[in-house]
Amino acid sequence: MDLVTPDIGLIFWTTVSFAILYFILAKFAWKPILGAVNEREKSIKDALSAAEIAKEEMASLKADNEKILNEAKLQRESLLKEAREIRSRIIADAESEAIEKANKLIESAKTAIENEKSAAMKELNNTVVDLSLNIAEKLLSKELDNKEKQQENIQEILENTKLN
Amino acid sequence: MPSQFSRSTCFSFLILFFVNISIVFAGTEKNSDEFDVNEMIMHHIKDSHEFHIMDINGHAVSFPLPVVLWTDNGLVSFSSSAFKHDDSGSVIVSRKGQDFIKYHEKIFYTNNNGSEKFISYDQNGNIINKKPIDFSITKMVFSMFISMILLVLIFVTTAKSYSNSRKGEPTGLGKFTEPLIMFIKDEVALPMIGEKNYHKYMPFLLTLFFFIWINNVMGLIPFFPFSANLSGNIAFTFVLAAITFVITTLVANKDYWKHIFWMPGIPVPMKLFLAPIEFLGIFIKPISLMIRLFANISAGHIIILSLISLIFIFKSLWLAPASLFFSVFISLIEVLVVAIQAYIFTMLSALYIGSAIEEHEH
Repeated sequence: MDLVTPDIGLIFWTTVSFAILYFILAKFAWKPILGAVNEREKSIKDALSAAEIAKEEMASLKADNEKILNEAKLQRESLLKEAREIRSRIIADAESEAIEKANKLIESAKTAIENEKSAAMKELNNTVVDLSLNIAEKLLSKELDNKEKQQENIQEILENTKLN
Repeated sequence: MPSQFSRSTCFSFLILFFVNISIVFAGTEKNSDEFDVNEMIMHHIKDSHEFHIMDINGHAVSFPLPVVLWTDNGLVSFSSSAFKHDDSGSVIVSRKGQDFIKYHEKIFYTNNNGSEKFISYDQNGNIINKKPIDFSITKMVFSMFISMILLVLIFVTTAKSYSNSRKGEPTGLGKFTEPLIMFIKDEVALPMIGEKNYHKYMPFLLTLFFFIWINNVMGLIPFFPFSANLSGNIAFTFVLAAITFVITTLVANKDYWKHIFWMPGIPVPMKLFLAPIEFLGIFIKPISLMIRLFANISAGHIIILSLISLIFIFKSLWLAPASLFFSVFISLIEVLVVAIQAYIFTMLSALYIGSAIEEHEH
């Protein structure tokens, strides 16, 4: 029974030893160690949450960028569309203007031609009149020499006179 | 008669712990000239007033330790060397007008009936000599003091090592000890007690774990100033279990007592039936702690010593390699066992404390 009978002396010393050990270690070992460990854990936690926040910020920044980019794209798109419209409108305008101008030109050319034509006709008339008068005058001056001569004269005058 | 009595007790314990070995040396019990394995092992397992280092030419070389006695005439103290290595009660030490003898590592007053023998027995073979209260610094107390010094050195150094670190990371010794501390925190205190209260019990659990572990390990080292079977001593485990019991009882909340004496949620006859069982459980829990550690560590020592003793039992050197092989093998297992036992003791203590302060929701 010796083995399983607790000895009073050892009980006393174990109690005292454990109590002393507890107070020494609690004050000089566990408190600083656990304090350091907790502080480190806290700083790690803080760093992690800060990283999380940074990540979120990054994500929102990225989303913003995306949005801006999309907007820019849309704007470019609309600008291009507008430009294209303007271009086609300009072209159309230019075309119609050109046609109009051409028409005008043609019209004026037509009138000019008409004028020229009537002037030429007038001139031709005058020339013909002059010519006729000339012929008549010459005929009258060389009056009745002979018939043959007369014929010859007329032929000569006609040859000399260019109908222009 | 008395020696027979102690032998039969020891023998029954060996049957408890290690049946095969006890049978092997049962035959050697009768002959007192032969090497008595039983006596040797029991002597090692139990406490002693001097720290035996070795024998040279049959003379014991031992480290004398102070004997401190609370006697009828007050405190008496002297060196254990005054007994001149005697353990059979034949050397008398006189102090303050009182005579003391040491018999089987117990100190008695000598009897006053004037006979030649200093020890008297009753008819059942029990010693009737009076005993002073023995507060000696025995081998185990001495070993415990060494373990305390080691623990303080190790952990104060660890605590200091944090001041060398830049961001609170462990340096030096802390690299080794911090994982152990974190293990107690994360695997024992947090799951057993809960996040809300665990930090209050951390110092206790850490002290408990390392105190048990270092004494377990010191018991495995087979030379002076180690090898004392402190954590395999019932007094040591009794005190630690008692501390757990006291803490559990003191911090227990209303729910804990309610679950013991009037278990909610079951019919009244069952409540009446369970109450005594639960009440006994309060005491059985720490008692199981006490016996588990005591039996495991003592058994380890007994097995290793028994294996070594095989050489002397069979009186053959040829057995030595096998005997050594097995004892080294068991020693390696013991290295694991002592860590596990320290862990189990701490974990169960945490569990009992945790169940005492648990808040039930119903």
